[in-house]
Order: sequence, then C-alpha cells, then structure tokens
Amino acid sequence: MFRISAEPLDPAALQRTLADTHAGACLTFEGWVRDHNEGHPVLALDYEAYAPLAEKEGARILAEARAKFAIRGAVCVHRVGALKLGDLAVWVGVTAAHRGAAFDACRYLIDETKARAPIWKKEHYTDGATLWINCATRGDHADRVKI
Amino acid sequence: MITVHIQYFAILREQRGLARETLATPAPTAVALYEELRARHGFTLPPDRVRAAINEEFVAWDTPLREGQTVVFIPPVAGG
Repeated sequence: MFRISAEPLDPAALQRTLADTHAGACLTFEGWVRDHNEGHPVLALDYEAYAPLAEKEGARILAEARAKFAIRGAVCVHRVGALKLGDLAVWVGVTAAHRGAAFDACRYLIDETKARAPIWKKEHYTDGATLWINCATRGDHADRVKI
Repeated sequence: MITVHIQYFAILREQRGLARETLATPAPTAVALYEELRARHGFTLPPDRVRAAINEEFVAWDTPLREGQTVVFIPPVAGG
C-alpha cells in the first residue's frame, strides 16, 4: 500500500497492518522533519502532493520492490500539509522471511519515492525566507539547487 | 483551439497564483502548452526541469493534447 495522508501518521498502527507469521524481519524507516538543510536553519516544512499520480507511481515502486526482493509485505505513507520540526513526514515498512531482503527493499522504497513520486517540500527558514526544494533556477539560490 | 483543465502544484501553483484553471489553447502538445503558460506567467523553471502528466499519468513532452484532458506540470520532486 502506498498512500498520501493529510493526517498525522501512526507508526504503531501502520506496523500492525504488516503483521505476518511467515515474516522473520520487519524493517521500518521514518523520515522526520529536520531543523537544518545544507547549512540553513529550518523552522517548518510544507509538503504538497499530486495525490492520484503519487499513489499510482508509489504502487509501481512497490511492485518493483516485490519483483526485485524476496519480501512479504510493504507499505509507504507520505504526509502532506504543514509539518513542524520532529514531525513524521514519511513511513516505510517492509516484512520479509529474512532481514537482507527487508533492508534492501526498504532502502529501495524510500529512495525511489523521493526520486519519483510527485511530492514537493517547501522549507521555511529562520530568516523568514522560503524555498521549494530542488526548484531553484540559475541566479535564484543557485547554491541550493540539488538536481 | 482546444479546452484543457490544468492543475498547478508547488512552485508553479505559487507562480501562477492558482491551483487550477480551465482554458482554451492553440498548443498542440504538452510542451507547447507549458511554454505558452511560462511566457504568460513567468514560470522560472525551464521545460527540461519539468515533467508533464495527462489524466493522472506521466507523458512525454511531445504528447499531443486532446479536448477535455487534465494536464499537470510536475516541478522537480522532493518527497521524503
């Protein structure tokens, strides 16, 4: 399951959806809102998503992970809305018979989600400035462009 | 001219000042529509930094536009 959520995420409830007596490993990843990015102090983040396409692309990413790795269950949920420092922005959980596949698949899911899902992040800085991450162009915070 | 529905997200939503609009356009392709809107609204991102989606699927920039479609331009993503 891949879902965009406007409500806070509940890791314990999400993990319960993966319960499976055939699984010997459960890997979870939590992405948290951090107080800095590339040397700039961050106060808060806004996340925005094109939810229908994000969920379709997310389903494709989950299917790829199932084809590549010997996993049992996989879930990824990403928040949208205004988030504060320390808030949970993304939760990934993977179960597998053995830990190796679970580690590999968890890494694959978060990396591909960050690279491909139509989700955007706006950082609010302590000096009042804001920036859509990865969207700067030449002459416009070019030092902060990450492509 | 065809009529299409456009949804804007993130930096494009802010630069357009709208989340969605319906408009008539002579643009034959997704990239032509982006260039038309970029010229009109001063979008800072060049087409090579943006992707297009039609009716909730990613498409190539040169995909022809058809009457009534929903078009979304995807700025560089940054989930996680």
